[in-house]
Amino acid sequence: MADKVLMKGNEALAEAAIMAGCRHYFGYPITPQTEVAAYLAKRMPQIGGTFLQAESEVAAINMVIGVASAGKRVMTSSSSPGISLKSEGISYLAGCDLPALIVNVQRGGPGLGGIQPSQSDYFQATRGAGHGDFRMLVLAPASVQEMASLVFKGFDLADKYRMTTMILADGTMGQMMEPVSLDMGEVKAYEKPWAVTGTKGERTHNIVNSLSLLPEELEQWNIRRYEMYKQIEETEAMHEEFMTEDADIVVVAFGVAARVARNAIVAAREKGIKAGMIRPITLWPFPKKVLFEKAKTAKAFISVELNMGQMIEDVELSIRCSRPVYLCSRTGGMIPTPEQVLQSIEKAAKENGGDKE
Amino acid sequence: MKRVTLFSGHYGSGKTNIAVNYALGLKKEGLKTLIADLDIVNPYFRTRDSEGALKEAGVEIVVSSYANTNVDVPALPEEMYRIIDDKETHAVVDVGGDDRGALALGRLAPKLMEENDYEMVFVMNFYRPLTQTADQLIQVLREVEAASGMKVTALLNNSNLGQATEPSDIVKTDALSKEVCAKTNLPILGTTVREDLLPLIKGKVFNPMPIKLHFRDAWAIY
Repeated sequence: MADKVLMKGNEALAEAAIMAGCRHYFGYPITPQTEVAAYLAKRMPQIGGTFLQAESEVAAINMVIGVASAGKRVMTSSSSPGISLKSEGISYLAGCDLPALIVNVQRGGPGLGGIQPSQSDYFQATRGAGHGDFRMLVLAPASVQEMASLVFKGFDLADKYRMTTMILADGTMGQMMEPVSLDMGEVKAYEKPWAVTGTKGERTHNIVNSLSLLPEELEQWNIRRYEMYKQIEETEAMHEEFMTEDADIVVVAFGVAARVARNAIVAAREKGIKAGMIRPITLWPFPKKVLFEKAKTAKAFISVELNMGQMIEDVELSIRCSRPVYLCSRTGGMIPTPEQVLQSIEKAAKENGGDKE
Repeated sequence: MKRVTLFSGHYGSGKTNIAVNYALGLKKEGLKTLIADLDIVNPYFRTRDSEGALKEAGVEIVVSSYANTNVDVPALPEEMYRIIDDKETHAVVDVGGDDRGALALGRLAPKLMEENDYEMVFVMNFYRPLTQTADQLIQVLREVEAASGMKVTALLNNSNLGQATEPSDIVKTDALSKEVCAKTNLPILGTTVREDLLPLIKGKVFNPMPIKLHFRDAWAIY
């Protein structure tokens, strides 16, 4: 393969899954993520893997549970309404402590919504991916290169913690083309003594199950998981900073919104406003500490999102409402313009004394 | 010059952008020109994204009224028969990617072959992951021919890495382009080169042709 190839985000994440050792993909077509399935339909047979177009999203997620139980790396992908269909299975994965990778290339909602890009599944991904007490690792790529690298990282995290990792992308990330280097490094192998692979008469059988017959026992399972989640919040949060060192106005944005915001920050700096950006790469765990620290010097925050304001709640919680937090957003498949973000930055600067040198 | 020019190729090879460039070029030469979007595969990045520039130049646009909306159906333009019926107009056709996209062309194929005044150009980008070798590319080319019921008549090397393309990236693909030419006996029209790179590349690739990158969205720059 050449040093770099020109790929769609959807293709890049599919190829990265292969490089991460994923040989099993189950999915069902939906715009704007269909290229993931189309690409893997061509690639999996070439490498002895399994591509299967299931009869529905519900079937696909249950096939994921099967392969994950056997200790193999497995992926499914969909877009917003399809992820809602998978939510029962996502909860079962959590209840069974199974590692799996789920991709959501978001489109506008609620309901059938539209096919244009959106980030309105933030709540679903970080709060309500299914019933019960559980968390998912949620990674938010902002380039085609990250579509690849975060899938690679996501499989590793899933195995490390026996959790579901979700790649929370959006239609633009899935459809846009950029050069990608597919040099992903070594795949770290994890022992999976819990996998149901056949006892060969040499050990007692393993059980993968999310049903507990005793409430006391179920409580203990949940407490144990939350102890692990606490540790993950301490160690796995990822973010990127842009011009934040002296920033009065801190924009918080992920995915495509961060790309738009970056242009606006450059424009704001040219106008003498000290603007900067914190881009969360993990949405759960959310980079709370970085925001909390930044609030000690920043004058105001702006949450830029492609929804009616969802991540803004995490921004407010992270800084414990110590600074004003503005919302700058479009929804329903629309993308904010750099001009709109710049106006928000100017407003925040004016109202909080950040417009003077 | 043929009356109808069809741009086919592997998905994501740059057909739409080339079709827009070519249509604007024909119009500049004073020819009555229409551009038709037969893409039934791609949900985003459609001919309609360049509507402003095309309309301003006076190129007629034949697109499905559902393109760029939330109506997620593989719809063809209502006026698609103008490609074959309107003999006074030069038609530039943006065919959908791969065999799946080329399938829609089958409906026009008998009429186009009967008139026999067309060029079917196959757009090549050797930086696309599934067409990195001459043989991989030829396989897609044959699949497109089988699906559309039409033979490719010419090749166009559009190898690029998007905005990040370096002149050497293009030069490297010249040999692959010639290999496809030798193996298929098809002529190469040329090598597309972004206008600003043209002076750096003259003489290093077969027939460099200047091309403009249309549809640049604010979020595309990062």
